[in-house]
Amino acid sequence: MNRELMRILLPVLSLAILLGAVFYLQPRAMSYFGLNLLFNLAIPVALATMAQMMILMVNDIDLSIGTFVSFCACVTATFVQETPLLGYAILLAAIAGYAAIGALIYVRGLPAIVVTLGMSFVWGGLAVMILPSPGGAPPPWLRTLMTLKPPLVPLAIIAPIVIALLAHLFVKRSSMGVLLQGVGGNERALERAGWSIVRLRATAYAVAGFFGVLSGMALVGLTTSADANIALRYTLLSIAGVILGGGEFTGGRISPIGAVIGALTLTLAASFLSFLRLSPDWQIGAQGAILILVLAARLLVSRREAAA
Amino acid sequence: MTPPDISTSADLSAPVVELNDVHMAFGPVQALSGASLTIRAGECIGLVGHNGAGKSTFVNVVNGRLTPTGGAVSYTGEQAPQDQVRNSARAHSAGIRSVFQELSLCPNLTVLENLRIPYSTMPRHRWRSLARTTVIEALDAVFPDHGISAHALVGDLSIAERQMVEIAIAFSKRDHDARLVILDEPTSSLDVSIARQLLAHIRRFCAAGGAVIFISHMLGEVFEVASRIVVMKDGRIAEARETADFTHDDLVEAMGHVVPEGDAAQAAEARAELGPEVARLPSGLSARQGEIVGLAGLAGHGQAEALAQFFLSRSSKWRADDRPEVVFVAGDRARDGVLPLWSILRNLSLATLKEFSRRGIVNRTAEAALAQDWQQRIGIRADKLTDPILSLSGGNQQKVLFARALASAAPIVVMDDPMRGVDVGTKKEVYRMIRSEAATGRTFLWYSTETDEILECDRVFVFRNGDISAELTGADITAENMLRASFEMQEAAE
Repeated sequence: MNRELMRILLPVLSLAILLGAVFYLQPRAMSYFGLNLLFNLAIPVALATMAQMMILMVNDIDLSIGTFVSFCACVTATFVQETPLLGYAILLAAIAGYAAIGALIYVRGLPAIVVTLGMSFVWGGLAVMILPSPGGAPPPWLRTLMTLKPPLVPLAIIAPIVIALLAHLFVKRSSMGVLLQGVGGNERALERAGWSIVRLRATAYAVAGFFGVLSGMALVGLTTSADANIALRYTLLSIAGVILGGGEFTGGRISPIGAVIGALTLTLAASFLSFLRLSPDWQIGAQGAILILVLAARLLVSRREAAA
Repeated sequence: MTPPDISTSADLSAPVVELNDVHMAFGPVQALSGASLTIRAGECIGLVGHNGAGKSTFVNVVNGRLTPTGGAVSYTGEQAPQDQVRNSARAHSAGIRSVFQELSLCPNLTVLENLRIPYSTMPRHRWRSLARTTVIEALDAVFPDHGISAHALVGDLSIAERQMVEIAIAFSKRDHDARLVILDEPTSSLDVSIARQLLAHIRRFCAAGGAVIFISHMLGEVFEVASRIVVMKDGRIAEARETADFTHDDLVEAMGHVVPEGDAAQAAEARAELGPEVARLPSGLSARQGEIVGLAGLAGHGQAEALAQFFLSRSSKWRADDRPEVVFVAGDRARDGVLPLWSILRNLSLATLKEFSRRGIVNRTAEAALAQDWQQRIGIRADKLTDPILSLSGGNQQKVLFARALASAAPIVVMDDPMRGVDVGTKKEVYRMIRSEAATGRTFLWYSTETDEILECDRVFVFRNGDISAELTGADITAENMLRASFEMQEAAE
């Protein structure tokens, strides 16, 4: 358990340092309203990160999360708002589609990176067809939910905590989650024990699709409108979030709590750079630099761990 | 929670599995032909035979993973329905469990979580506490004083500890009780005292009405634990008799190998004069040119680390050398030996690519010639060298790794327990090859958990808790001295 703690310590530490720096630059951020502003866009990023984590957990990678979230956002801002029944049916079908992709990748032995890259164009195309120009509106309940002002702690803090805990319960504690991690760890062992790998992989993808849908809905609830390109950055952000949070590309090693913290850190990094008055042209590069810094620190820690 | 207790429900000598004239063919290859055997409760069957003799196929037919192409397998456990269900499901409900040679745990899960994988009908509610108590109970029963936590990640455990966990899980209590446990080389990475605990547990398990198939290349263990010995050869059951009717020599003969004679004399005469010292480690380990240096001691006491440290200190450079100083033969094939997607040829030539490439382009003809040559010399059993490496049996994969190292011109060869799961015949060949290579001035650093391998060495360092506890040379290299050096300090420290 101690090593697990070590693995989670680094993301926590990097978030704390970044948060400290932001508060130092902009003390007014240290308020209910300030925190809400800093972190509310982290909610959809955290959900997308959970989706990506499900895929990384089974040793695949999903390059279509960004466009999938955009697609879900477009569906939420149009169909769900206008004809709810049809809208939810489309979202359910999208989750089923994700499961089918997961099954297809396994059954045909295709590389996930290629299939999901292809699917990213499919989702992107569908999103443009649904919403050719930015617009739409969130269903009222969603808007109310996302603008909720609970006492003492802002929603932007509560929501990631809830997401992290639920994902942790599912992935790390439930017996289904353990099997899914097992697929990433040693697929042959599960196969020998008589488990259906197709079914498990499809489940992992379906859960990923589910988180993707939630991410799209949360995004529309926050921004009040959608756009076919609204979440393109999420693909890379979600991968970075999982890795930052102590996850690894192979071997089914992931940490839901760490990944949510990773997502928060990445969101905060953007704000931090704005507070530094860095020109937006430099921001992506600077974000990358922060990422490299944290990952380098992790490498040092794990090396020391290995030496000890 | 109330499965029938095997000690009361199954009377001794009731058959658990019956194989009746079973044939198994993979395409044109007849892996198993005409195998008939009845395994009874309370029996421990020692299954021996060299690689490719059909042991794995036999075992996989018994545990239902393979459906035989001819003949019948019947499970006579009372829980086993004999209808049209898949063989593996039938074997599973008949209480047949297997521990395979290649470790089959999930390294990213904890010890208790790994129980979830074979236990398919585990209750969902409070499954963690159930799994924890089950795993710990099983570990305590098989390996008292194991010191393994149920919450430890399997990836953080040593290879011996992983094997212990895997064995314990096979014996653990579940929905269907274990009636027949198949152990494929269970002691290959366990040290002597842990292996003893396992053998003792097998005896207890059989006395209580369980059955065991025990596959091992360590014949001493087989003699010790088996009540009946089944010898396989070329896909057939060559002999199946009570253990008492076999002698050590009989067995080796039945497997198709001649008992080597005058081993010691042969070894002594091969001992050429040694050159200057070529390696010295901070720990005191040293080697001279042309010397075979053994690293002995109980498993996991710093031998592998010492080798890795030495290897990395001599090989990790920004620029790869044309002529590497050190080459490495891995023991954990899957982890640091084999490139699973590559062919036999490319796996074999990996370490020597530089030697026959010009301006960065590989000379394919030279590469193929080299591979052909080594296939002959080391006897790799393969149709075509362009077949994928994973189509080979474990022992043959290991031969490829040996060939990879020996083919290079590196003056020092580092071997990290490279004979895990390799059959006796191959071992003898490899010993001979190592001897002759050493005679030409190559130095070998050889970590082994098997005593007879250490006896092949010119000088032996016995490790204990990461330090060298004894240095043995010449006539002092005996099993007794090694054991003494491995254990002596343990008593002193307590």
